[in-house]
Amino acid sequence: MALVRKQLRHLVQARSGDKGNTINIAVIAPNAEVYAVLLQEVTVERVKAHFCGMVEGDVKRYEVPGLHAMNFVCRGALGGGGSRTLRIDNLGKCYAANLMRLEIDIDDTVLAGS
Amino acid sequence: MRTIRIGAGQGFYGDSIIPAFETARRGNVDYLCFDSLAELTLAILQKDRQRDPAKGYASDIAGMLRELLPIARATGLKLITNAGGMNPLGALNVAERLARELGLQGLKLAVVTGDDVKLKLSDIAAEGVTLSHMEDGRDIAAVQDRIVFANAYLGAEPIVEALRLGADIVITGRVSDSALFLAPLIYEFGWNAEQDWELLAQGVLMGHLLECSGQVSGGNFSGNWQAVESLESIGFPIAEVREDGEFVVTKTEGTGGLVSAATVKEQLLYEIHDPSSYKTPDVMLDLTGVQLQDVGPNRVQVTGARGAARPDTFKVVMGYADGWLGQAIWGYSWPDAVAKAQAADRIIRKQIEALQLQYEEIRTDYIGLNSIHGVLAEEPAEEPNEIYLRMAVRTTSRDDAAKLGRLVPPLMLSGPPAMGAFLGVMKPRELLGMWSCLVPREIIERGIRVTVQEVV
Repeated sequence: MALVRKQLRHLVQARSGDKGNTINIAVIAPNAEVYAVLLQEVTVERVKAHFCGMVEGDVKRYEVPGLHAMNFVCRGALGGGGSRTLRIDNLGKCYAANLMRLEIDIDDTVLAGS
Repeated sequence: MRTIRIGAGQGFYGDSIIPAFETARRGNVDYLCFDSLAELTLAILQKDRQRDPAKGYASDIAGMLRELLPIARATGLKLITNAGGMNPLGALNVAERLARELGLQGLKLAVVTGDDVKLKLSDIAAEGVTLSHMEDGRDIAAVQDRIVFANAYLGAEPIVEALRLGADIVITGRVSDSALFLAPLIYEFGWNAEQDWELLAQGVLMGHLLECSGQVSGGNFSGNWQAVESLESIGFPIAEVREDGEFVVTKTEGTGGLVSAATVKEQLLYEIHDPSSYKTPDVMLDLTGVQLQDVGPNRVQVTGARGAARPDTFKVVMGYADGWLGQAIWGYSWPDAVAKAQAADRIIRKQIEALQLQYEEIRTDYIGLNSIHGVLAEEPAEEPNEIYLRMAVRTTSRDDAAKLGRLVPPLMLSGPPAMGAFLGVMKPRELLGMWSCLVPREIIERGIRVTVQEVV
């Protein structure tokens, strides 16, 4: 048993979308074991820090344990919203992909099971 | 137990119409529901209506109806669409003309109006509604004189009424996306729209899963996307809904794409904030107990949505004029592509300053390097073959917005070496801010009209 460092891209599904100047990112673990690690590692603080310079408002995390899912709601994330922003990803469709860069520590035995 | 089959026809204005034809012909559905209106679609349609008062609806409705009206007549398939956009009556005229041309006398067309409240805003305010921004409480005064559209997200009830009046085709303006899909269930199963919260919750969940068309049937799938077959002929989702609300998401046999617990799960939280209380005009939806089960190839059973009483307000979303976007895109070749693009950026910025162009914001993205990942982008491991840069400006003046693009062509001869792929001067685009607020249900409901007419 040993901790390994992994990017979320190897661990989860994720999809993002917009409402006004707010985006949400749904993050879905493949099983309860990985989900338990996500709950510890992918915190509001880490996500907010990860998106420093892109998300200006607060970040909230909601949990749906039955589906091993969590939902991050990030305000002030689109430079004013889809029809106002100068950003190229004006609808925030790629925020989920951006979050996949985040690295977390995970037990290799948990990884073996997923 | 009775079951009805509902198909998703479209996920936004501009979506492919071909999967809807496939579903209508081979999908054995009772209803096809089309969501044409994303949040900013009304901004586009409002501009159309400004140019021509007969327009302002989603214009692809004509091609869609030409193909589907004869099928509707032959099989009893009913169509529900919010393609009316900013001008539901204009869309109705198109439908009527087409139906007559196709010899479909007797077909019943319904239109729902009353979502457009732009001309009623001062009356609404006079009743004591603040119209303050629902997220940050800002005062409407800041944007009041710049509002270009204001529409309430209506619920399923007017659509249900249209169906009760015998409508074959129902055209609406802004309604909540899920209401388009929920309405047939209330009508067919006799669910009580003011009481059956658990059933309504399942119905809204079904609508939520289907409203984005291909996003639940294998499109935009972050899981094992490379294993999803034949996206070129993707099947749009179909729901088989039982009278007790339990439903299966599936798609027409022989179409491409994939419906699995994984694809459904990914759509479940799409554009939702608090999963325990997703506010819709028809019910407060709690998704936290939802269960998904693969019950066959391309078949996922969905249960466990919970509901609570609907809110006593409707959401009204307004768009307000908020300046102009000017932009330009051009590229540079290896070697030193990044350095060349950065030099071009410096040159343009200095010229903007020298010409005293009044830009409130100037943004430069390097396409291929950081245009999507922004500050999170990593340095490329190898020197890139080419880099495009995209400059964008925000300004209050349309003319000043247009001036940005004209600075670029001279760089071909007088800028850094090996510039290519300048795609032409892009037209300025008007920027719209979005303003969301809450208005008491009964104020909006007073203005809702359902009109049914027979094609003669």
